[in-house]
Amino acid sequence: MSNWPPLRFHVPVPAVRPGDSPDFSHIVVPPAGSTRRPDVLAAEPDLRDMPYGLVRVLDDEGGAVGPWDPGLSPSELLRGLRAMMLTRAFDSRMFQSHRQGKSSFYMTSTGEEAVGAATSMVLGRDDMCFPTYRMVSYLMARDYPLLDLINQIFSNADDPLKGRQLPILYSARKYGFYSLSGNVGSRFGHAVGWAMASAYKGDHKIAISFIGEGTTAEGDFHEALTFASVYRAPVILCVTNNQWAISSFQGIAGGNETTFAARAIGYGLPGLRVDGNDFLAVHAATRWAADRARSNGGATLIEFFTYRVAGHSTSDDPTRYRPADEAAHWPLGDPVDRLKTHLIGLGDWSDAQHEELEAAVRQAVRAAAKSGEAVGTLGQSKPDTSEIFEDVYKEADWRIVEQRREMGC
Amino acid sequence: MNMVRAINSALDVMLGRDPDVLIFGEDVGYFGGVFRVTDGLAERHGVARCFDAPISEGGIVATAIGMGAYGLRPVVEIQFADYILPAYDQLVSEAARLRYRSGGEFWAPITVRSPYGGGIFGGQTHSSSPEAIFAHVSGLKTVIPSNPYDAKGLLIAAIEDDDPVIFLEPKRIYNGPFDGRFDRPVSNWAQHPASEVPEGYYTVPLGKAAIARHGAAVTVLAYGTMVHVALSAVEESGIDAEVIDLRSIVPLDLDSILQSVRKTRRCVIVHEASRFAGFGAELSALVQERCFYHLEAPIERVAGWDTPYPHAFERDYFLGPDRVVVAMQRTLKG
Repeated sequence: MSNWPPLRFHVPVPAVRPGDSPDFSHIVVPPAGSTRRPDVLAAEPDLRDMPYGLVRVLDDEGGAVGPWDPGLSPSELLRGLRAMMLTRAFDSRMFQSHRQGKSSFYMTSTGEEAVGAATSMVLGRDDMCFPTYRMVSYLMARDYPLLDLINQIFSNADDPLKGRQLPILYSARKYGFYSLSGNVGSRFGHAVGWAMASAYKGDHKIAISFIGEGTTAEGDFHEALTFASVYRAPVILCVTNNQWAISSFQGIAGGNETTFAARAIGYGLPGLRVDGNDFLAVHAATRWAADRARSNGGATLIEFFTYRVAGHSTSDDPTRYRPADEAAHWPLGDPVDRLKTHLIGLGDWSDAQHEELEAAVRQAVRAAAKSGEAVGTLGQSKPDTSEIFEDVYKEADWRIVEQRREMGC
Repeated sequence: MNMVRAINSALDVMLGRDPDVLIFGEDVGYFGGVFRVTDGLAERHGVARCFDAPISEGGIVATAIGMGAYGLRPVVEIQFADYILPAYDQLVSEAARLRYRSGGEFWAPITVRSPYGGGIFGGQTHSSSPEAIFAHVSGLKTVIPSNPYDAKGLLIAAIEDDDPVIFLEPKRIYNGPFDGRFDRPVSNWAQHPASEVPEGYYTVPLGKAAIARHGAAVTVLAYGTMVHVALSAVEESGIDAEVIDLRSIVPLDLDSILQSVRKTRRCVIVHEASRFAGFGAELSALVQERCFYHLEAPIERVAGWDTPYPHAFERDYFLGPDRVVVAMQRTLKG
């Protein structure tokens, strides 16, 4: 007989479930400005406290404080604000369009708009973003045509992806936005390879890639970090920790044991943990990692700490697994409200101007949606059927030629 | 040249011709590869052109795809085809579909080289023939050479191809054409005409089969090591078979196959991989659909058993000329 107690099997569970009161007391939010800003070329061993801090710039009153203030001009701040507001208006309209049967599927990014918008403003058009499906704000910040997005979502005759892809799995090469795929995480390593290629060619381009905290459990995450570290690839690898992977809380991905940014330490990479609802912090941290990459300092892992306000997708009902009002209690607030408050505090913005902008982005989305609907919504319009058979290979082999003929197109 | 030298020469030629070609994989750099295929390349072309990779098949293929999307032509090695499965998601979900799903915006002109096939006492994880699992994937090409001349020409064509190519190298015939007779001394390539390999650049086009032996009695479809097994079976049996070396699984040279079967009216398909849902099933279906009124006998499939590849039973499992002879004789009676 063993003197040891019986072993216990541990399954992490979130603090609260539907019907309970939201409880984020376990989340430690350091005051804005309290996390240090090391030199961009600091040696990795000197950065090991960073993944346990939280880079924050905007304080509770909307002031920009501390060493990470990126010092953006009012026009840059407004550009970011507009991109976030446009994203939100777009999400709202496209969610509604799905409910009206105009598309088969949609995913909103409510609450996470700062992540895509701010990183997009740091990276150039020649750089490449390997995004997740919850980052349309990246395209919004670089004025990708709304109509093209909508045509893709409706899979209509003008769909740039020719009706082949699920809604929102965009591809926008000219905008530095890599082709999305439904299988999560599998492009994380592509970003590393792309960055290795840029270094191999002696170019100046860098890559940025995103993965959700749930997907960090995939092997792709480990592979990408290993290769990024081994070859010092000029890449920024980002984890968008929105606390939820469909119905699974972040503890199921290993988030209860340590931070996702701290994974970097084991790979010998710098890890930054950043307030993902703080536009200025996201911008500043991305700039730090971009500067490091551009000066041959190699890769950085950034965890953007945020909250998925809406359901996972149009096929999901979050009230089945978490309190309905949990988002309202999220301690890092709302990225749009926080940047708005900051701009008003600077004297560069007002409630009236904000309302005007809100109306303007809503109008822009409405106009684009109308144009997209005029081309056609799901099932009313689609690209030429022959598009089934194009682009499988650069040149079709006899199978494809025969099958196209069989389809009569 | 033997097959190892021929493949090495193809890589050397392409590194010299195209600065966007680079090579990586496990042990391919300084050491020159566990089969010596990349021997001397790092030294000659520099460590940035031919380098060692972490033991991560998924990572190797993923980074190659990213490089391909950038504009490079990476040639990566998976040490054994048995270990390509960790990269299967990358090959199927990413490399194969990138062009299609992005509406032609991105593509991955990568070549994935991998030693494959049995006959070397490799047991379960150094012997398998996974070509059928790639043949089923739209967007991938799969190429399998059977001799040094083709190996070099096909590999250069694969590297230059703008689609992802799985290049399977039958490791049993790296050093000599093995015909499945374990009881006879193995010959080396030197006595074989296909060991005459030009030093410089040339290609063998993908999607074109070769007639390894002209004949009139029965068509034998084979690739890789099995081409030599089939030729040996023909020689030993005296049956006037036409042996077609497919060379490419995808794209498949259907015309050459149909032309031959319509002439011989009989078809035997030979592959090392397990029979059930193997590539032979596709070949059989294509021949049956398109040569139905020409066929004088049921199509025969001679293949590996539907078991994992066993170690001690290597010579019971690996199919030799005898089984091919029996199949040819059956079709001739039919």
